[in-house]
Amino acid sequence: MTDEVTISARNVVKAFGQGNAAVRALDDVSLDIRKGEFFTLLGPSGCGKTTLLRLIAGFEMPTEGTILLDGADITTLPPNRRPVNTVFQSYALFPHLTVAQNVAFGLQMLGRPAPEVKATTERMLALVKLEAMAGRKTSQLSGGQQQRVALARALAPQPKVLLLDEPLSALDLKLRKEMQVELKRLQTETGITFVFVTHDQEEALTMSDRIGVMSHGKLQQVGAPRDIYTRPVNRFVASFIGETNFLSGVTEGAGVRLPVGAVVPVDSPRAGTVTLAVRPEHVRIVAPGEAGAIPATVTGSVYFGTDMNYQLALADGTEIEACVVSGVTGEGALSKGEQVGLRFTPGAVQVLED
Amino acid sequence: MARARDFSVTELPGATLVSMLVFVALYAPILVLIVYSFNAGESVAVWGGLSLDWYRAAWANDQVKEATWVSLKVATGAAVLSTALATMAALGTTRRPAFRGQTFVYVMINQPLMVPEIVTAVALLLVTAAIKKATGYTGLGYLIVAHAAFCIPFAYLPIRARLEGMDLTLETAAADLYASRWQTFRRVTLPLLMPGILAGAMLAFVTSLDDVVITEFIKSPGQDTLPTYMLGQLRRAMKPDVNAISTLLLALTLVLLSAFFLLTRKRK
Repeated sequence: MTDEVTISARNVVKAFGQGNAAVRALDDVSLDIRKGEFFTLLGPSGCGKTTLLRLIAGFEMPTEGTILLDGADITTLPPNRRPVNTVFQSYALFPHLTVAQNVAFGLQMLGRPAPEVKATTERMLALVKLEAMAGRKTSQLSGGQQQRVALARALAPQPKVLLLDEPLSALDLKLRKEMQVELKRLQTETGITFVFVTHDQEEALTMSDRIGVMSHGKLQQVGAPRDIYTRPVNRFVASFIGETNFLSGVTEGAGVRLPVGAVVPVDSPRAGTVTLAVRPEHVRIVAPGEAGAIPATVTGSVYFGTDMNYQLALADGTEIEACVVSGVTGEGALSKGEQVGLRFTPGAVQVLED
Repeated sequence: MARARDFSVTELPGATLVSMLVFVALYAPILVLIVYSFNAGESVAVWGGLSLDWYRAAWANDQVKEATWVSLKVATGAAVLSTALATMAALGTTRRPAFRGQTFVYVMINQPLMVPEIVTAVALLLVTAAIKKATGYTGLGYLIVAHAAFCIPFAYLPIRARLEGMDLTLETAAADLYASRWQTFRRVTLPLLMPGILAGAMLAFVTSLDDVVITEFIKSPGQDTLPTYMLGQLRRAMKPDVNAISTLLLALTLVLLSAFFLLTRKRK
């Protein structure tokens, strides 16, 4: 992976409909995707992530803005003239062709000589471990196998960018985990830039080099998985990725005073009323009355196997969730109504923009 | 959970009896026709023993052979022409965003199903007579074009159904894989549409084969098709070879309709 930019979206707007009824699926999105990276567009359905993917593929034209590929403007280029291939959510395999014919399709359309088409098709089928299925009709394959044919077909023409539109959503959990590893392997082996669209935050965190979090047609934050998780820039990103406790308070010196009176020390304070975000695993439960600890009452607990989740309430009723590693025999388990103290892991408290 | 029982017509009194009577009314005459086509007697409707005489008689009759030949030529030409036009019409009405007057266009394409056939026949007679006079051409072209005109809706409906049922993502995928518009049509849309096109062509063929009214009005002398030949026989003394020809026509139609059914039924 280098710092060289492959795909660049500049002030892209995509509106559907006319006049007052127009809906902005993408609202002034600017984004650079680097050569050879595994980039994920993450967001809830309707956030515009698939629209952005379709604009890069050329299936839609932006209302405003430009899209560059390796520095060249491809905004109005039709899909068949872009060195970009797509793995569709529904796979969209050609039902009248065999597995090998599907994989060979792109190369044939590019007018590559027959021996090259044959060799590349075989190489691609080997890459996705489907050599034995070459002569089958796609309807005779399982969902996971169809997924791999779709991948091989899209990778065969060696595109500069591979676009993946929620390709794992139709698979069951076990197969999805396998395909996550498989996708990462293919990306590393081929060195092709992957742009992956998903609404599954776990998928995004585990597979991506960088993630772009989207909401309401806008790009909320772009960064490495760790950045996104540990330093979300706003409430949306903090709540969409992982579980988060939100606390409002007023800045006071190097900390934020909560309505219950306690002062939480923060790294980068900003003036006025702010929102603090703390992950449940950064909430530590200590003895009640310990110096600096915020008094709280246990209101409930859920056992998750590896972890134990406690619901707690501050004196003013603010709810907080704490996640602790569960003990083997249930030692130290807290019961409902118990009085405790809370501390936040130093450096883990984020001060949010809004 | 108690679930309300669905209404079923079979529980109505006499439902079974009525449906059986309907089937008898539909198929008994045809059955009688088939049986009498194997009649040994001279009369159309008096049984004189079992034989294949009338099939032999029909086979030996040059007029029947000639009429069969004309029927097949006209039906084939009409099926090819109407299917080609219907395919274009189906593409034109499905592969584009909804447009003003869409319903009107559908009605226009399907109008031959609605307009009384005799009206179409008279109208076509006027036009063909004028063209015949102007050009002097008296070949089978008139019949082929006239048949194609009323066969279009029969070919159009299965083709359009197939197009509407097709996953548009497949065409998008083809474009994504560097296929031009023409290549996408040729390599993806057309092969997937083929069962619909064949089904449409068969329906058109059967419809043309069966036509009497329009053919009777349009045909030039010596252009009898099988149905108009048989109609002509009716005016003289009808011979049982008509039964044999009808049975053969029925057999051909059944074969084509079975093929249509196999082509259009849903996979899996």
